[in-house]
Amino acid sequence: MLDPRTPLLSVADLEAWYGESHILHGVTFDVFPGEVVTLLGRNGAGKTTTLKSVMGIVGRRNGSIRFEGAETINLPSNAIARAGVAFCPEERGIFASLNVEENLLLPPQVKPGGLKLEQIFELFPNLRERLGSSQGTKLSGGEQQMLAIGRILRTGARLLLLDEPTEGLAPVIIQQIGKTIRALKEKGFTILLVEQNFRFASTVADRYYVMEHGRVVHRFANSELDANLEKLHEYLGV
Amino acid sequence: MFEIFGIPSQALFGQLLIGLINGSFYALLSLGLAVIFGMLNIINFTHGAQYMLGAFCAYFVLTYAGLNYWFALVIAPIVVGATGVVIERVFLQWLYKLDHLYGLLLTFGLALVIEGVFRNYFGSSGLPYRVPDALQGGQNLGFMFLPNYRAWVVAFSLVVCLATWYLIERTRLGAYLRAATENPTLVRAFGINVPRMITLTYGFGVGLAALAGVMAAPIYNVSPQMGADLIIIVFAVVVIGGMGSIMGAIVTGFGLGVIEGLTKVFFPEASNTVIFVIMAIVLLIRPAGLFGRGT
Ligand SMILES: Nc1ncnc2c1ncn2[C@@H]1O[C@H](COP(=O)(O)OP(=O)(O)O)[C@@H](O)[C@H]1O
Ligand SMILES: [Mg+2]
Repeated sequence: MLDPRTPLLSVADLEAWYGESHILHGVTFDVFPGEVVTLLGRNGAGKTTTLKSVMGIVGRRNGSIRFEGAETINLPSNAIARAGVAFCPEERGIFASLNVEENLLLPPQVKPGGLKLEQIFELFPNLRERLGSSQGTKLSGGEQQMLAIGRILRTGARLLLLDEPTEGLAPVIIQQIGKTIRALKEKGFTILLVEQNFRFASTVADRYYVMEHGRVVHRFANSELDANLEKLHEYLGV
Repeated sequence: MFEIFGIPSQALFGQLLIGLINGSFYALLSLGLAVIFGMLNIINFTHGAQYMLGAFCAYFVLTYAGLNYWFALVIAPIVVGATGVVIERVFLQWLYKLDHLYGLLLTFGLALVIEGVFRNYFGSSGLPYRVPDALQGGQNLGFMFLPNYRAWVVAFSLVVCLATWYLIERTRLGAYLRAATENPTLVRAFGINVPRMITLTYGFGVGLAALAGVMAAPIYNVSPQMGADLIIIVFAVVVIGGMGSIMGAIVTGFGLGVIEGLTKVFFPEASNTVIFVIMAIVLLIRPAGLFGRGT
């Protein structure tokens, strides 16, 4: 077991580029084992790019990204995944040429200790019913989101990167996803969450980092939320 | 002996068999092209040369190592597939982000080089390759004579095609392939070594071409331009079936072979062009091909 005061993920001075455009300008933050940390920020602030950098799927990146103490900045994404990081993309990434079951079983096991299929169905009962469905992309938006989260729970990854899992979903589904994230935290997963929906984030997060123009401009813990509300409204423009 | 539509049964079924034989090669080759195109996004114009290499490989292992047809069926796909792996690592991997045209030109150039080298050393008359002993002779079915070797080619091609279909459409490995065709970045972010999978896919597609080459050796002789002659028709087959569809490649390959054979019976003048006429019609009505997805 890692010392709880040693970060599971430690990002320092991260810079990232898409081609010529310089997107991240020195992002620094930590995620400790068992935490749910949320990145907040307006559209285009660089939240998705930060997650993709951690996962190793941004063209060019600089700085330091340490996972379980080991530097990953120069590793290809398949090696980062094998180290125990799993990614649920903003656009969900359900495969149209795979049926629901194939989508669910696609990510290979990278470490021991992932959830059993039965445990995933306990979290997302809808998935069990839709297992026989032909095409993964024929599911409703909410079911696709459950599938996108469910499939990375089997892999044994310790760190889950969730990019706006509530985007465009109905309130009851958002509630179910909130419940799931709390259950996953209880099972010992560490979660780095990106959210625009600040009210949703406040039901699951331990700490927050606020991003703007490719930098972290503010950080606070959930207990300091009330004191930070005004500032937050300013940053998020809500 | 009896007649159908005024055609002697012997002629009709004879052409039908030739159609099935040709269709076997169309199917095997267009299947390899479809697999390669799906994963690499490259139209592999070297495919005909690689088919020819398979036939030559069978000839070499027989002549220089004394290993017969059955060994060649195993050795040629592995050896020629391995040259495919080298080609992918050295050349093709740099082209994926570019327009299709670059991959097409490169593989076309490679085909010219390979075929040129072989023509230089072996001339263009062709080298004989014997039908394996176990498959000599044939069966008299009453309405026609069925050579054993040809029956074997049709049956074995069908088995290889369906096994490939099963591998891609029904197994875990196939799910990786299909997913990586859609979104290679995400599949890689799940921990799968996608670049290596792409390399092996090319090797596999090339191996299929070589396998077809071995099967063709006892029927058509072994000659440097055997692939160049065939590949033009195979590309028409691929256009008709739709690039990238596995079952489409198989069905279209066998189907067009049969149509071509029947045309030879009923309207011989058109037998060399019928596939291209069908291609033109399909392009007008369904540009994505009969089984093609997308726009
Ligand atoms: N593939 C890309 N190519 C070029 N620029 C991009 C790409 N993806 C995102 N960007 C730009 O990077 C910036 C940050 O985007 P992103 O990380 O997606 O923001 P967020 O997730 O916070 O909304 C935006 O200005 C966006 O336009
Ligand atoms: Mg985003």
